[in-house]
Amino acid sequence: MLATRALRLVGKRALSTSICLRGGHGVAKVEDYTLPAYFDRRENPLPDIKFVQQLSPEQKSLKEKEKGSWAVLSKEEKIALYRISFKESFAEMEKGTGEWKSVVAGIFFFIGFTGLVVLWQRKYVYGDVPHTFDPEYKQKELQRMLDMRINPVEGFSAKWDYENNAWKK
Amino acid sequence: MSLAKPAMRGLLAKRLRFHLPIAFALSLVAAAAFKYGVTEPRKKAYADFYKEYDAMKEFNAMREAGIFESVRPSGE
Repeated sequence: MLATRALRLVGKRALSTSICLRGGHGVAKVEDYTLPAYFDRRENPLPDIKFVQQLSPEQKSLKEKEKGSWAVLSKEEKIALYRISFKESFAEMEKGTGEWKSVVAGIFFFIGFTGLVVLWQRKYVYGDVPHTFDPEYKQKELQRMLDMRINPVEGFSAKWDYENNAWKK
Repeated sequence: MSLAKPAMRGLLAKRLRFHLPIAFALSLVAAAAFKYGVTEPRKKAYADFYKEYDAMKEFNAMREAGIFESVRPSGE
């Protein structure tokens, strides 16, 4: 409220004695961002200014009616007065945007794309695996582990039946 | 339209009174479950394994398999 009054005074140049004149250039321009702003935030329930600054004639007459008893105001008038002061109700401002769905969709899409890249790499970029991955070599490795009695109590060799040379049932 | 005054103090104490006993109980349950689900069976498995364990027999079996470098199988 004060800022709008100050702006009108600047326009009329009424208080030239109290306004600082800089080298004959006049008063510094008042930037938008320096004035009190309206914003809907849960942490700031009563913003510095009302939402609607320029009232239409109906709104002006409603404001006059507001100065009387509030009991005679109808429901629509009360809601209209609310909407003059505030842009969104708490329910409207708190409501979720559903943005998470786009985010999750993007995540899945790019994971899928990465899968395709990995498949292409396996086919066209990587060479052969070492010979130690051959099935015969793997068999010899397993036999050596059993011979060495790896984890004979609860683990690997515990599951091998040494008498019958087979896995335990 | 007069609402009751909300609780202004003792909020943490109230939460702790409710949650701490539950936390303690759940921790004890978790410890007991791990003891009787994991450690006791493991101790029994080791005890049973070593009850009938013949070290020399196992050593000879391993030697014949040829995994040692200090002793070769008896055939060679």
